[in-house]
Amino acid sequence: MDKTVNQKAWFLVLPVLLLVAFSAVVPLMTVVNYSVQDTFGNNEFFWAGLEWFEEMLASERMWDALGRQLLFSAIILAIEVPLGVFVALNMPKSGFWASFCLVLMSLPLLIPWNVVGTIWQIFGRVDIGLLGYVLDALGIPYNYTQDSLAAWITIIVMDVWHWTSLVALLAYAGLKSIPDAYYQAAKIDQASRWKVFRFIELPKMMGVLMIAILLRFMDSFMIYTEPFVVTGGGPGNSTTLLSIDLVKMALGQFDLGPAAAFSIMYFLVILLICWVFYTVMTNLDKREG
Amino acid sequence: MAKITLDNLAHSYFPNPKSEDDYALKELNHDWQDGAAYALLGASGCGKSTLLNIISGLLRPSQGRILFNDRDVTDAPTAERNIAQVFQFPVVYDTMTVRDNLAFPLRNRGRDEAYVAERVQEISRMIGMDHMLDRKARGLTADAKQKISLGRGMVRKDVNALLFDEPLTVIDPHMKWELRTQLKKLHNDFGHTMIYVTHDQTEALTFADKVVVMYDGRVVQIGTPEELFETPEHTFVGYFIGSPGMNVIPARIDGNKALIADAEITLKRGYAGLEGKVEIGVRPEFARLSQSEGLPVKVRRVEDVGRHKIIRAEFFGHDINIIAGEDDHVSADMNRVTFDAEYVNVYANDWRVAGEAA
Repeated sequence: MDKTVNQKAWFLVLPVLLLVAFSAVVPLMTVVNYSVQDTFGNNEFFWAGLEWFEEMLASERMWDALGRQLLFSAIILAIEVPLGVFVALNMPKSGFWASFCLVLMSLPLLIPWNVVGTIWQIFGRVDIGLLGYVLDALGIPYNYTQDSLAAWITIIVMDVWHWTSLVALLAYAGLKSIPDAYYQAAKIDQASRWKVFRFIELPKMMGVLMIAILLRFMDSFMIYTEPFVVTGGGPGNSTTLLSIDLVKMALGQFDLGPAAAFSIMYFLVILLICWVFYTVMTNLDKREG
Repeated sequence: MAKITLDNLAHSYFPNPKSEDDYALKELNHDWQDGAAYALLGASGCGKSTLLNIISGLLRPSQGRILFNDRDVTDAPTAERNIAQVFQFPVVYDTMTVRDNLAFPLRNRGRDEAYVAERVQEISRMIGMDHMLDRKARGLTADAKQKISLGRGMVRKDVNALLFDEPLTVIDPHMKWELRTQLKKLHNDFGHTMIYVTHDQTEALTFADKVVVMYDGRVVQIGTPEELFETPEHTFVGYFIGSPGMNVIPARIDGNKALIADAEITLKRGYAGLEGKVEIGVRPEFARLSQSEGLPVKVRRVEDVGRHKIIRAEFFGHDINIIAGEDDHVSADMNRVTFDAEYVNVYANDWRVAGEAA
């Protein structure tokens, strides 16, 4: 088949190119610009080289935030993925209750992030929140504004509440795509429930689960609004995750240079992790085909 | 191994079936003899797979009982029935090796490893996969996967019956022959009761001792390939089996004469009191084109298919087919047809009428 060569077709991608330039490339370049300069206000900039990067790499504050961030992501993944799969396995496969469950599960996903934060912020208050009040009445010491552990538990439970349904819905879609013949064959082979899960359901869900893990990892790694609304990063710095720390530095202290260097490293970390995920996923696909 | 009895069995996918049309499988009584090889033949959607799934226990019939060796198993789960079933599309456990796949049904039943290894060796040789036992099942071709499915079905020696649900659909033609021969051999060696669902008549006729023909949820005939060919009990059997199928021509029957328009065909037997739609059926193989004898026919087209010629013709306004031998001469002046009276069957409302010796 002959392909028509028409260089004018490049103009068709021009709008999207402009859009991406304004929304991503230009801001990113601004950040790069800030990260290599120093300013004392008055719009005067001085060349600083890699000084900010060196400073940030040596900064205990950033390493602490990164550590908290990784811990947070690891914990929510370790809870949400198995829990989501478990929920998906127990959802009805068809009929009214299947639709009912689907709607119910999508509800948390439809709530704006700052609203989720506010809901939990109030829910957990010892004076007027249902959760906080009940725990307090039962004699369980719980105060997320003063106790780091309570604060951590609150933001983790909140994230699990908000996002487990996403994992469950994806896993459910994966489960639904398994032909009946597999289950029938397993019955005939006298496979136990565990073996059905291990050798049929899990391998067939692997593709969507990888996507679920990727999405949840990225989202949790960038999380800002919800913990910020609930704890504001406190008590102390105990729930100051990377993005909260970044905003504090850039807009609170107006340390543009270090914050810009910080952002770029943050960006590179996300890029690196995405690349790892992408490689793993395409390799899985290859083995599949 | 077991005799399987279907007692007043019927199934509907509707919770409250009203008329007979609501039944995917209409009432049925039948004994599947122990150790026989059956083929279940019919067009898509005629209830073959429904019947198979009822036998294996994947589906509970809405009416009637099913017995294995006279023991009622209607409510017994699949595992308890000790059945092997192979499905239309390959079912393999992707993350396991070929070896583990074949060993899976045995290991789940707690057989010792020495026995498992021996059976796996034997079966893998039979399906021609003994050289790739350690490969992961993922990434194999569709026919390799289906061979594994077949192997998993055959690996247990003590099954009550082996059920096949159109297992060779995804297999290459040359491999089909080989696998069918293997199945046949397996049947001869071990004498399992086998039920083989297919819509391919060649497959059914070459595999089975007895062919069960289904049409619209009903078993219309059970017989040897020869019986199906010579005396189809239902017009569906007539045109579903054979290539091309039986010629079915509306006729009036008067004693031992069949009248088509005003032309007369003499029959071997006499018939009385036929009601409803009356037709005669004659296979193309038993019709002969001639210059002088028989009834007038208008030849439209002659197709040479190699082993024989198929003549497409018009006979009193009806399309009929006639088969002539490879070397038979067909010329333009041959415009008459004769039927071999021995093989002209009479049908009333699609069912064959036996008739009395005239």
